[in-house]
Amino acid sequence: MTAGPTQVRPGRARRAAVTRPTTAAQRANRSGWLLVSPSLAVVALVVLLPFVLVVVFGFSEIRLVDIPFLGTEPVEWTLDNFRQAAASQAFWGALWTTVLYAGLTAVGSLAVGLVLALALRRPFAGRGLVRALLLVPYVLPVVAAATIWKTALNPQYGVVNAFGRAYLGWDTPVGFLSTTSAEVWGIPVPVALLVVVLFDIWKSAPLAFLFLTARLQSVPGEIEEAAALDGANRRQVLRFILLPQLRAVALLLLLLRFIWSFQTFDDVYLLTEGAGSTQVMAIQVYTELVTKADIGSAAAFGLLMSLILCVLLAGYVLLSRRTDES
Amino acid sequence: MTRLRSGPQRGAMGGVRSTRASRAGRAVVVAVALLWSLGPVVYGVVLSVRPYAEVTRDPLGLPTELDLSAFATAMRDEADGGFGLGRFVLNSLGVAVGTVILSILVCVLGAYAAARVRYRGRAVTNGIILAVYLFPGIVLAVPKFVILSRLGLTSTLVGLLIVYVAATVPVALYMMRNFFLALPQSVEEAAIMDGCSLGQLLVRVVLPIAIPGVVATAIYVFMIAWNEYFYALLFLVQHRGLWTAPLGIAQLGDFQVPVTVLLAGSIAVTVPVVIVFFLAQRYIVSGLVQGAER
Repeated sequence: MTAGPTQVRPGRARRAAVTRPTTAAQRANRSGWLLVSPSLAVVALVVLLPFVLVVVFGFSEIRLVDIPFLGTEPVEWTLDNFRQAAASQAFWGALWTTVLYAGLTAVGSLAVGLVLALALRRPFAGRGLVRALLLVPYVLPVVAAATIWKTALNPQYGVVNAFGRAYLGWDTPVGFLSTTSAEVWGIPVPVALLVVVLFDIWKSAPLAFLFLTARLQSVPGEIEEAAALDGANRRQVLRFILLPQLRAVALLLLLLRFIWSFQTFDDVYLLTEGAGSTQVMAIQVYTELVTKADIGSAAAFGLLMSLILCVLLAGYVLLSRRTDES
Repeated sequence: MTRLRSGPQRGAMGGVRSTRASRAGRAVVVAVALLWSLGPVVYGVVLSVRPYAEVTRDPLGLPTELDLSAFATAMRDEADGGFGLGRFVLNSLGVAVGTVILSILVCVLGAYAAARVRYRGRAVTNGIILAVYLFPGIVLAVPKFVILSRLGLTSTLVGLLIVYVAATVPVALYMMRNFFLALPQSVEEAAIMDGCSLGQLLVRVVLPIAIPGVVATAIYVFMIAWNEYFYALLFLVQHRGLWTAPLGIAQLGDFQVPVTVLLAGSIAVTVPVVIVFFLAQRYIVSGLVQGAER
């Protein structure tokens, strides 16, 4: 600190140390807005304006062919898009698929991340390298990852089917990416959906692993040692010391992954294009827009999606407030 | 012997010392995890260097010789009997570099204000930016598509650039703010005392010490733009000359392209990102997980 003892306390004391407090505050105001205005401009132009428009589109009858005339004709308001969505099998089916997909992915990637973080908690030779290698699926471009998975699962030349037929006694190749449901020991299993869930877990678990590792590193070693001195065994240390410390960040990860997976388009579309009952909401929005050329309907689907997400986001904000306080 | 080496950090604490069983358990978990994470990638690499006919005949086989012709076929222009991935890579590179420059310029300023300057309305603007970071992007795809096609930009790389800047600004702001918050404040205070202007302060004092954070953010932004698929599909699917690398690979998958060529292309576009990411891994990770330690 250059200004000596007057500046020991942050905040108010620091401001008082500046010679002309009013001017300094004004200057901070001016430079603050100056610096933040480009960011706000970007946000306003490409987030807030589109958001207003999507609401307008959702409540009006507008198709792709109407684009050249936008802004020249008055908007005709209607609730039809929402009525049609609520009445359509496609919408409710997609919603259920999406909830299932996002829920399984969230739980799965948290579980995998947790196992990895706990397994790599203590130092061992090569830990840094292992950590780095575990991040590869997260870094991989999604198109490259999907191409590899599609090849591996291909019924003709894919490694999974070849292995299954050579060593597991499969009679016919399995169309992993197109089969809606198959009986495994008498239980119906949604094959294609589970494959896309596995793919998403594969890609996103490294992020959960990173966050959990960061949290684990800040658990003070003394607590654990004290517990050990009191005779706690490894399982008890895990159950009563580590897991409670991880609870908050785990909840956040669960919620964030659910929110992100809820809007997934790339992963599912690249693997299945919606085949095998994997039509998630984002693919539904894309279909309404591109295939059906119906902007109004696509906007309505999107709005309904974001309504659900807003509830979850509110949960996230509440949770992170609580985490901040504790 | 092994027992002695196992627990130098925990010494006498019987309860938490790694036992032989727990170390064996860890070895199994690590082996399975590596197989699970890297297995598919290794499989992709192996297939990309095998001749196509061999792959279809013997899916489980290993490469007998190194056949790199798939890489050349993928990259060459259509006129030379290739699949034009070279051009797609250039398109991607242009858009990604443009995105990095614009996004970082905007975010350095915004993030510095968010981290350091006490201006009125700071809480509100910070709140808006966080909300945008978490806002469902897919919902805005529809109006963005409509606006940009009204402006005649949906069939250009410029349109894509605009969308990518918009998509990366919130996350870049968030990361860079974390980096700025972690910097020592005293140097800046001294500079302000000495009558440094805002511009001088940023260029001469803040940026030199914030460079690792800026580079890490830039790499992360580059990765997002380089890997992006959805908007490229939405905007450019009809314009083969403008395809980005991810769109090109995905689209070629629908044609009769040998799978070895597709995989070679996938590996080729992956290698640069993976290398760059690992060079800056430490910084990127710390920028992403900041706040999780509490």
